[in-house]
Amino acid sequence: MNKLVLIAGGSALVYATLALLMGVLPGIELSQTPPGPGVEPLTPLQAEGRDVYVANGCSYCHTQQVRPLPGDKIFGRASAPGDFAYQTPELLGSERTGPDLTNVGVRQPSTVWQYIHLYNPRAVVPESIMPAFDWMFQVVDQAPAGAAPVPLPKAYAPARGVVVPSHQAEALVGYLLSLKQPPVPDTGSNDIAAPAASRASAAGSSTTAATAPAAGAPGAGSDGADLAKGQALFTANCAACHQGNGEGLPGAFPSLKGNDAVNDADPTEQLHPVLYGLQGASVGGVVYSSPMPPFGGTLSDADVANIANYERSSWGNHGKPVTAAQVAAERAKGK
Amino acid sequence: MASEDRAVQTTVAVGHSNPSEEDGRVLASVFVAYTVTATLWLLFATAVGIVLAYKFGAPDFAPGELLTFGRLRPIHTNATLFGWASLALVGLAYYVAVRSCGTRLYSARLAWIGLILFNVAAVAGTVALDLGYNAGSLEYREWPWPIRLLFLAGLAVTGWNLIGTVGRRHTEDIYLSNWYIVGGVLWACIFSLVAIVPWYQYGLGQVSVSGYYMHNAVGMWFTPLTLGMLYYALPKTLSRPIYSYALGVFAFWTNLVFYPTIGAHHFLFSPLPWWLQTTAIVFSVAMLVPVWGGSANFLLTMRGRLRDLAHSYPLMFIFVGVIGYVVGSTQGTFEAFRSLQEVWHLTNFTVGHSHLTMYGFVNFATWGGIYALLPLATGKSPGQLGLTMHFWMAVVGSFIYVISLSIGGTIQGLDWMHGLPFIQSVVDIQSYWVWRGVGGALMFLSHIVFAWNVWRMCFGPSAKAAPLAAGPAEAAAA
Repeated sequence: MNKLVLIAGGSALVYATLALLMGVLPGIELSQTPPGPGVEPLTPLQAEGRDVYVANGCSYCHTQQVRPLPGDKIFGRASAPGDFAYQTPELLGSERTGPDLTNVGVRQPSTVWQYIHLYNPRAVVPESIMPAFDWMFQVVDQAPAGAAPVPLPKAYAPARGVVVPSHQAEALVGYLLSLKQPPVPDTGSNDIAAPAASRASAAGSSTTAATAPAAGAPGAGSDGADLAKGQALFTANCAACHQGNGEGLPGAFPSLKGNDAVNDADPTEQLHPVLYGLQGASVGGVVYSSPMPPFGGTLSDADVANIANYERSSWGNHGKPVTAAQVAAERAKGK
Repeated sequence: MASEDRAVQTTVAVGHSNPSEEDGRVLASVFVAYTVTATLWLLFATAVGIVLAYKFGAPDFAPGELLTFGRLRPIHTNATLFGWASLALVGLAYYVAVRSCGTRLYSARLAWIGLILFNVAAVAGTVALDLGYNAGSLEYREWPWPIRLLFLAGLAVTGWNLIGTVGRRHTEDIYLSNWYIVGGVLWACIFSLVAIVPWYQYGLGQVSVSGYYMHNAVGMWFTPLTLGMLYYALPKTLSRPIYSYALGVFAFWTNLVFYPTIGAHHFLFSPLPWWLQTTAIVFSVAMLVPVWGGSANFLLTMRGRLRDLAHSYPLMFIFVGVIGYVVGSTQGTFEAFRSLQEVWHLTNFTVGHSHLTMYGFVNFATWGGIYALLPLATGKSPGQLGLTMHFWMAVVGSFIYVISLSIGGTIQGLDWMHGLPFIQSVVDIQSYWVWRGVGGALMFLSHIVFAWNVWRMCFGPSAKAAPLAAGPAEAAAA
């Protein structure tokens, strides 16, 4: 019997000690991590949306952790300990079948886009394999007063009636739009790896989004602008709303095909929204309520010029090419 | 095989009254009940897995709230881990503990209570997840806490029963299998408790507990139970002692000390403290010691017996399981290196890894154990055709599965490193997901054959040889 006590008791004791050291004590210690500057608790509606996120297992495909690695820079700055102060349960995730959502409220601030995407992701991203969450919406004959129907493309809209979000969808989108990284001063202590990478990220010059041109894309333009790079950047940053064919979604996102701003020799109307964002735009007599996020913080002048030139030379557009210097000048004008 | 019952151990039971035939029947019925319910969970969990795999290529297939990906995914993992693997391994553990101690079950009633607790927890957990009651999407602890408490009660009952059984042994020594089995159940009780208690798990603190828990739930529960079973089933089937008892003891203690510290390697590059991540990497390398020591021990026990291997499906399953153990665990060590994790972390490569270990190691070893030991308990054998079909479909299926996700996941990771638009990584891995589905379909088909084999071993016609459920000679297996 003594031997049994030794093996069972001894190994359980050793294990309990290690569980304490590697599980419980770090848990207690790290639970005290104070919120970083600008990190706020969720509103009741956002918290409800987070519960919807958890209930439907969004975090099995979407991480909420930006690593200090070059490939993660498109998702925001590297996550800091203080970012997670109000995040219980934690939703860092272990797989990234879909994009990271740490900063999605900044990257994709349009409520309309979020609703369309949630109703059927393929309506805005044809290659997406995310499930449709159409069961979070109702099909009604007429949208109730004060509520706008979701402007779905015809191919995805129900045959009759209009689609309005349920309370669940409103809460979920409220939560998604709350996911914004507050800027953080360099923390140093938890800079676990690749300090060079995080320094670069702090410098804010992100040109990584298109270091490898997409296959089969057009080569360098006549004035040295890189159209292949522009196309890759467009796909990564613009196509979710304006679509790969540049035609946008009627009533939701304006078309860039034949768009005046894109074909105008003066690029101000094209570059300013890219750098500083836009809200309530009127294009071709239609007012678009969705906000366009600013890209000035994440894209360099050369990146913006590449995107602009890709737009100016695609889908039948014939705009005069723009240069990085013009983008810099536009940036200098400020908002 | 059933007629062979030479002593396989160094010590031999002496003196005491031997377990009766009735005790043998009770043990067999416990073993059968755990194996049968486990098999039903395997069929269910992998059917869900097939639906999930199909959704990668056809995202609008099986739409709606109750069949949405994010609800089925934890149902698949939890049903696999806590329905199938846990029940199957506990059933085997009871048999191994009783036989290797040359005694009878401490309490049949406790075994039945445990069976009910495990199954009720798994059913309730499955229903809860499907209705959207997910306790935070924290991997492998998604069931709401009252349900996990039920499962923990099942573990406690099982631990009590196993300790009681080993306490009844007739020898002074405790055979190595029981170290792993009793240890594994006790450790599982501890980490389950650590995971359930909520009052110290907030924000980043919970991240560190998640890292600890999700790795311990695998490596301090399924691994020790599987190894403990192998230390009995392999010598038993080969009728020769384990190559080195001391090496087994060494692997036991090193596994115990190294494994609990490596959980944070699931969160490299996260804001978890640097020391926690680095400790995890260092001990992930140290894990090569118990892994290579343990698997070398099994392989050396099999040395020179390749001909027997080719003629015995239980041995072939065990052989694949041992290979899965060494390959999967070694791969895990490499994945923990920062440079490689930069490519593979968060990609489908990790899904390939988890199937290489849980399937290639735990499942194959478990099947080998069931095919080796269940016929001894019931006196009934599966047919050769069923064994052949199960083995080859499972081997080929899981090979396709793991290879396709390893390649696809690597492509995903390289796409991200090259800064391609994110959606490109979804497009580039598509064809590998198709192959994964092909592999998964073969695996599922093999499980149907396995269920047929289990039926034959439990309820089919008796084999020609008389059952040896309680033969006194077998008590010598301790």
